[in-house]
Amino acid sequence: MKMSTSRIILTTIFALSILAISAQQISKPTYGPVLLKGATIYTVTEGIIEGDVLIEENLITQVGQDLDGGDALVIDCNGKRIYPGFMDSGCKIGLAEIGAVSLTQDFNELGSFTPHMKALTAVNPSSVHIPITRVNGVLTAFTIPAGGLFPGQGALINMHGYTPESMSAGFEGHLLNWPSSGRRHRWDRRTDEEINKDKEKALKKLNEFWQSVFAYANISSPEGYKPQLETLKDVAKGKAKLLVEVNKKGDILDAITWVNENEVDAIFTGVAEGWRVADSLAKYEIPVITGPILDNPSRDSDRYDTPYTNAGKMAKAGVLVAIRTNESDNVRNLPFNAAFAANYGMGVETAVEAITINPAKIFGVDDQLGSIEEGKQANLFVCDGDPFEMKTRITHVFINGYNIPIESRQTLLYDEFLERDPGLNIKD
Amino acid sequence: MIQTTQHKTWIGLMATLLIILTMTHNIQGQEMGDVLIKNGTVITIEDGVKENTDVLIRDGKIEQIGEGISIRDIKTIDADGKYVMPGIIDAHSHLGLDAVNEATNPVTAEVWVGDALNPYDVGLYRALAGGVTTAHAMHGSANAIGGQCETIKHRWGEMNPERWRMKDAPRTIKFALGENPMRVHGERNNVAPRTRMGMEQEFRRSFAAAKEYKKEKLIASSNKNSQRPEYSLRLETLADILDGNVIIHCHSYRADEILMLMKVLEDYGVEDICFQHVNEGFKVAPELAEFGATASVFSDWWAYKFEVYYSTAYNATILTRNGVITSINSDSRELIRHLYHEAAKTQRYGDLTDNEALRLITINPAIQLGIEDRVGSIKIGKDGDIAIFENHPLSVYATPVYTIVDGVVRFNINEDPNDVRVDIDPKEKVPAFYESHIHDHELEGCMQGTELSTHSH
Repeated sequence: MKMSTSRIILTTIFALSILAISAQQISKPTYGPVLLKGATIYTVTEGIIEGDVLIEENLITQVGQDLDGGDALVIDCNGKRIYPGFMDSGCKIGLAEIGAVSLTQDFNELGSFTPHMKALTAVNPSSVHIPITRVNGVLTAFTIPAGGLFPGQGALINMHGYTPESMSAGFEGHLLNWPSSGRRHRWDRRTDEEINKDKEKALKKLNEFWQSVFAYANISSPEGYKPQLETLKDVAKGKAKLLVEVNKKGDILDAITWVNENEVDAIFTGVAEGWRVADSLAKYEIPVITGPILDNPSRDSDRYDTPYTNAGKMAKAGVLVAIRTNESDNVRNLPFNAAFAANYGMGVETAVEAITINPAKIFGVDDQLGSIEEGKQANLFVCDGDPFEMKTRITHVFINGYNIPIESRQTLLYDEFLERDPGLNIKD
Repeated sequence: MIQTTQHKTWIGLMATLLIILTMTHNIQGQEMGDVLIKNGTVITIEDGVKENTDVLIRDGKIEQIGEGISIRDIKTIDADGKYVMPGIIDAHSHLGLDAVNEATNPVTAEVWVGDALNPYDVGLYRALAGGVTTAHAMHGSANAIGGQCETIKHRWGEMNPERWRMKDAPRTIKFALGENPMRVHGERNNVAPRTRMGMEQEFRRSFAAAKEYKKEKLIASSNKNSQRPEYSLRLETLADILDGNVIIHCHSYRADEILMLMKVLEDYGVEDICFQHVNEGFKVAPELAEFGATASVFSDWWAYKFEVYYSTAYNATILTRNGVITSINSDSRELIRHLYHEAAKTQRYGDLTDNEALRLITINPAIQLGIEDRVGSIKIGKDGDIAIFENHPLSVYATPVYTIVDGVVRFNINEDPNDVRVDIDPKEKVPAFYESHIHDHELEGCMQGTELSTHSH
C-alpha cells in the first residue's frame, strides 16, 4: 500500500516533469476538416457575410449560411470575425534570426550582381520568428534578399511547413535596388557631388548589365554557365516580374522611364515618396509595395506624418498598393502598420486589402490567397474583434488547412514566468 | 574713422547688454502658458477617468480640474469628444543630443550629455507630435559606467539649450551591462571587461575607488596634516552615487547580469536603480520587486542581438503583475512618435487594464526619473503637460491632436507647419533625402558614436 502510494507520487512527478519539458515546445498543428460556425466573415472580395466557413484538406470548400460539415470539427465562432491571412509583402523572415550574429543572417550575399540567389533556398522553417509572426494573423510573407543592385529572388512563403518547398506560397520574384540619388542614412557623409557620381556609376553598370541580360535572352542556344543572365531571361522578355526598390521622387520617375523603355513588368517597392508622384505611378499602372508605415519621414523638411499618409495618398490616386513591414524582427507588426495607414487617410477597408488581396494580386496568387472564397487556400484566422486593435485576441489560425496552435516561444515564456515557481528565496 | 570706432563700441555694448538680458531670462526660466481645455474625457492616471471635464492651466501649472470652468480671455481648446491625458514621458531617448557615447573608457562618470543638447533636432518636434512632453536624454551604452543624463522637456521652438532642461529634476547616470560594453572595450580595444565576469569587477573597482576617495576627503576635512585627494570629477560622481544623489539607469538584458548588479549595489548600499531595456527582466521579476528596482522596457523589440533572443513581448505585463514599477520607452526617433501605441501592445501581449497600460508611459517613467511630483498625471499643482487625442490613446486609431508643455501649445495638428526645421543649411538646394530609416534604428540608439552601431540597442 505504502509502496504503491510512493509509486503514484513518483509517476506523478515523472509525468509533471515531462509536462514541464513539453511546455517549452510549441504544440503540433492539427489537420482535418473544420467548420467555423456563425462568424462575421470579412471576405475582402465579396463583402462582409454572416455565416460559416468549411475547411477541407488545404482549401476553403464552402462559405455560406447553415453549412453541414459532416464529420468536421465544429468551432463556434459566434461573435467572432474571420479574415483571410494577412500577407507581408516585404520582409526578412526565415532569412534573419539574430541581428548582431552575422552567421544567422542569410539575406545579403557578396557582390552587386547576384540575381541567381534564391531566398527560398535559405528559408529556415524552424526559425523562432515564424510562430511569433503567425499568432498575430500574419500568415504569408514575401521574404527577400538585400544588398547590391540585383540581390536575388524573394520568395512568398506561408508561416508553416517543415521544408522551404512546403512553405512556398507560389511566387518568387527578382529584385532590383534602383541606384539612389539620396543619402543612405543620417550618417552618410558623402557630398552631393559624390552621391551623384556614385548614382551615375551604378546606373551605367545597371544598363550595361541589362544589355547583356537582354542579349542573352535573345540567343536561342546560349553557351556556358551564366546563372546571373539565365535567371533574368524571363524578366527581360517581360514574362516575369521585377521588383524595383526605389524611394526618392526623382529616382521613382527615372525608374518609371527605365521600366517603360525596357518593357519590364515592374512592381515598385519602398516608394517612400510615392505621394509626390502618385499620378505618374497610377498613369503607368505600376503596382506598389510600400512600408514600413511606422517609419520616420525621409526628409527633415517633411511633415511628421508623411510615412503614415503615403500609402493612402497613392491608393487615392488609383495605385494598387500593398503594405510591407520591411522588418527582420517584428513582421508581427504588419497589422499595426496597416492600421496607421488606415487611420491616416487610407481607411480600414483599403488597408485590409493592402495586406490581403492586393499583394495576392501583385504576386499573381489571387486565385489562391488574399480572400475568403470557395476554392481558395485555407489561410485564415478567427479573432474576437477588429484585428487592427490591440485588445483583440486572435483565437484560431489556419495555414493551408492546418489548425495552428496560438503559441510561440514568447507566449510560452509568458505562461512560465507570469507566476514563476519557485518564486523568491526558495531553499531546499 | 572716429565714427566707426564709436559705432563699434556701441555695437559691443549692445551685444553685452543682449547677452546679459538673455542670461537673466534663462535664470528666470522657461515660458509658462495659460490654457483652458474644455469638455474632454480626462484620463488623470492617479484619480480615474472624468467625462466632460475641464482642465485649467495657468502660469504653466494645472490649477483646476472640474466641470464648467469658465474664464474670460484665456486660450481655450475644445476637447469635446477627445481624450485628455498627461503628457507622455519617455524614460529612454537620445533625441536632441549632439553626442551620445564617450566610448573611450569603461568608466566615464565625469561626462554629461547635458553639455551637448541640440534643440534643433527635428525628431524632437516629431516626438511632440506623438504626445511626448518629457524625455530622459541619455548617454549611450558603450561603457560599464557611462555619462550622466539629462531630463528634458520638449519645449520645441526654444532655441536656447538651457531652456530644455527640466529644472530641479534629479541627476541620473547611465550604466551598461552585457554585449555593448564587452564589444567596445573587450573585443575592440582589448581592455577589460570582455566578459560578464569582468563587468562585475568594473563596478566593484569603481565603487571601491569612490569609497576610498570619500574616506580620504573626510579625513582631510578633519585633519589638517592629511592631504585632500586629487580632485576627480569621475570619483566625485561615483561618490554621489554612493551617497544616493544620482539615480542609476542601467542598460541591461540578461537575467544573470541584472542579478549581479543588484548584488553589487546591495554591497555598497545603493538603492535607486532603474533597469533599462531589461528584456529578461521577466525572468527575475520577483527579485527586481524585492530589491525595489524599476524597469523601463521596449514593448516588443527582440532578436537584434543574441542577448535579446529569449525575449517576450509579455515582459511589461509580467513585470507589472509581479509588482515592478515598469515603463515603456523608445530609445528610437521612430518609436518615440507613438509610445501610446507601444503601451497599448501590453493589451495584446498580456491583459493590462487601460490605466495600467497608460501608467507605463506617464507616472511610472516619472517615478523612474524622480519627477513624479511634477509630471505624469493630471493633478492640481503639477506641470501643465498634456496630450490630447482623437480616439482613445490605446486605440490603434488614436491621433494626437494637441501637445501642451507648461501650458504652452507646442503641437497643434490643425496648425502644423509642413517644414518645422530651424537650422536650414543655406547651401542646401533641396532637403536631404534619407534612403533607409531601418538603419536609423540601428545607428541612432545606445551605440551612437562607437563605430559599432549596427543592431545595438
